[in-house]
Amino acid sequence: MEGPANTLSYFIAGYGVIFGVLAFYIGSLIVRWRNLKQDEAMLTELEKKEQTE
Amino acid sequence: MNAKPKLLTVLDVVAGAMFVAAVALVFFYAPLERVMGLVQKVFYFHVASAWIGMLAFAVAAFYGVLYLVKKDERYDRVELAAVEIGIVFALITIVTGSIWARPIWNAWWTWDPRLTTATVMELVYFAYLMLRSGIEEPERRARFGAVYAIIGFLSVPLTFFSIRLFRTIHPVVIGSNDPGAEGAFDMTQKMTQTFMFSLLTFTVGFVTLLWHRVRLGVLSDKVEQLKLKLQS
Repeated sequence: MEGPANTLSYFIAGYGVIFGVLAFYIGSLIVRWRNLKQDEAMLTELEKKEQTE
Repeated sequence: MNAKPKLLTVLDVVAGAMFVAAVALVFFYAPLERVMGLVQKVFYFHVASAWIGMLAFAVAAFYGVLYLVKKDERYDRVELAAVEIGIVFALITIVTGSIWARPIWNAWWTWDPRLTTATVMELVYFAYLMLRSGIEEPERRARFGAVYAIIGFLSVPLTFFSIRLFRTIHPVVIGSNDPGAEGAFDMTQKMTQTFMFSLLTFTVGFVTLLWHRVRLGVLSDKVEQLKLKLQS
């Protein structure tokens, strides 16, 4: 009786896609959050300056 | 708002630990399928991703309805967050399905009813993001988004039931297969346990990601308000 088909490369590709896409999306959330926090800090600083002038 | 809630930190840890456990179950606990071999193990996360894609689009439609009724921008934020996450998981479903199909169907792609409806569903929600970004006025954008999320949701049951309504080669997980289905298999107890745990893991992961994405939306709106204030 024949054993299972050798589909190791497809298995690796499948999980590579799953881990890759999830890592990319979580990374994008982190980068967007950091960028927005920087913007927020800069804008708050500008607002304070405007109020003191 | 900016301080991370403790419950979200707990969710991060739980979701991360469950994901590691789910991967371990798939790799080391679930038995090797006797015909397809290792590629069958893609099934656990392929179906779990499909479930999250559809759940996310259902959540988006629900919050779309809530927005239209209450006109509260918080509902719009959840709707947008759910659509974005749904697109990510639907993309994983389509790509992993194609990889699984190659050795089993001997083709990367075929215009089978399930594959076609899933692709249409993904494109419908891509269009949601593109069209939304083209509307400047926030209230109009939110109203448009809500209506689109509700109408776009029609593509979800169509995708889900396509393999039950039409002749297809795509196997059915719950219910009886079409005689022409290729790649179907009988789940053993260990396979079922791994599958159920994967579904639960992805559901917890979805809640965690949704919360993070909503917080990002709140911060984005805050920055937008600050910009407008300074401009005026």
